[in-house]
Amino acid sequence: LNSKFEMAKVEADVPPKGGFSFDLCRRNDMLSKKGVKPPSYLKTGTTIVGLIFQDGVILGADTRATEGPIVADKNCEKIHYMAPNIYCCGAGTAADTEAVTDTISSQLKLHRYHTGRESRVVTALTLLKSHLFRYQGHVSAALVLGGVDGTGPHLHTIYPHGSTDTLPFATMGSGSLAAMAVFESKYHEGLSGQKEYLRNHLLPNPRTYVSSKGYSFTKKTEVLLTKITPLKELVDVIEGGDAMEE
Amino acid sequence: MDLNAPHSMGTTIIGVTYDGGVVLGADSRTSTGMYVANRASDKITQLTDNVYICRSGSAADSQIVSDYVRYFLHQHTIQLGQPATVKVAANLVRLLSYNNKNMLQTGIIVGGWDKYEGGKIYGIPLGGTIIEQPFAIGGSGSSYLYGFFDQAWKEGMSKDEAEQLVVKAVSLAIARDGASGGVVRTVIINSDGVTRNFYPGDKLPLWHEELEPQNSLLDILSAASPEPMNI
Repeated sequence: LNSKFEMAKVEADVPPKGGFSFDLCRRNDMLSKKGVKPPSYLKTGTTIVGLIFQDGVILGADTRATEGPIVADKNCEKIHYMAPNIYCCGAGTAADTEAVTDTISSQLKLHRYHTGRESRVVTALTLLKSHLFRYQGHVSAALVLGGVDGTGPHLHTIYPHGSTDTLPFATMGSGSLAAMAVFESKYHEGLSGQKEYLRNHLLPNPRTYVSSKGYSFTKKTEVLLTKITPLKELVDVIEGGDAMEE
Repeated sequence: MDLNAPHSMGTTIIGVTYDGGVVLGADSRTSTGMYVANRASDKITQLTDNVYICRSGSAADSQIVSDYVRYFLHQHTIQLGQPATVKVAANLVRLLSYNNKNMLQTGIIVGGWDKYEGGKIYGIPLGGTIIEQPFAIGGSGSSYLYGFFDQAWKEGMSKDEAEQLVVKAVSLAIARDGASGGVVRTVIINSDGVTRNFYPGDKLPLWHEELEPQNSLLDILSAASPEPMNI
């Protein structure tokens, strides 16, 4: 049964070198059986939203990145730059969203040089969805992609397995249900710019709990320095000095 | 609730031939586990001017398959010098589905019109069989429609009869299947071209004494509570 029909092979191409390498899976399995816990991912348990309004697209995101129950980053940037006219919010594993948006952003730039034109949102969409589909959901990035190009404003959601939806308003992340509830009740076509949707963004996560006992070190701690010296005073900073040479 | 569950279109999709063309119909619900990720999705995708497909199963897999087939059909049309036939489109879908059966999870109904065979419907379920049928149903909601079609389907319907049948069937499935919902979309393909129709929730017939559509649940809540039932 060696000779198949002469027609062009209609199978999906084998991905180029790269793709998910399963080489370490056996080792990981063996280690976890021995009781070694895998390092936890920095997950952005997140709320990201996007909405199309009269003049374009608005993207919004919270700024908390968590590692299990701990807040690892209080003010992280979840709205990633893709092109001057396209931005992408990312939820899921922080490393995955960073990596995938960076990769596609640089591919878009090369494409801009190649074509001599402004990038289109559907280009970014296709690049992202092909990448995520190739990794079969193991790249845990759920994205809200929005931008304005020559064909108008666009808003898309992209799921880790590579499926996409095109919507007038979208939410993703663990907070998506709450955000969607707000959108579903208040969204209507032709929302004007400012007033309708800006919420409190100037006061991220104010520290609300102040312990009455104050904070003190345990008794045995040796306190070496009670004054913090800014490092600038210890070093001579030459403004505009010679550029570094190889 | 697992929001990272693969996006699936627990769906109802239907394709029906009539005298002169085909009618394709689908619901619009895309779910991630128990959450409806997109309540207004479009599951009827265009491959060429005269061939459309209904997608069901994994959203990612069906989108990728339709993108590949659209690309192959485009090349084929250029090489052939005339519009591709529905049979070719369906076979391209079938080859991808069959050769990648271990990795794909998508059921597809291909429907269209060409000048050689007229309106044709091909069903390509999981696994990659291809079967030419006068009508095809697919998706999770189709389980509720087998009996309905056995009784209601007839040869040689007119365009309007066929479309009404499709809309009625999808709305019946929506009423019974939790994974189907939203609006009903239909696409009619014949020698004159393609017509897309849209039936929002309030235009669909009610089957089980459902509540009349309301603007707000508050209207119902403020009504006096009913008397307790006496057994």
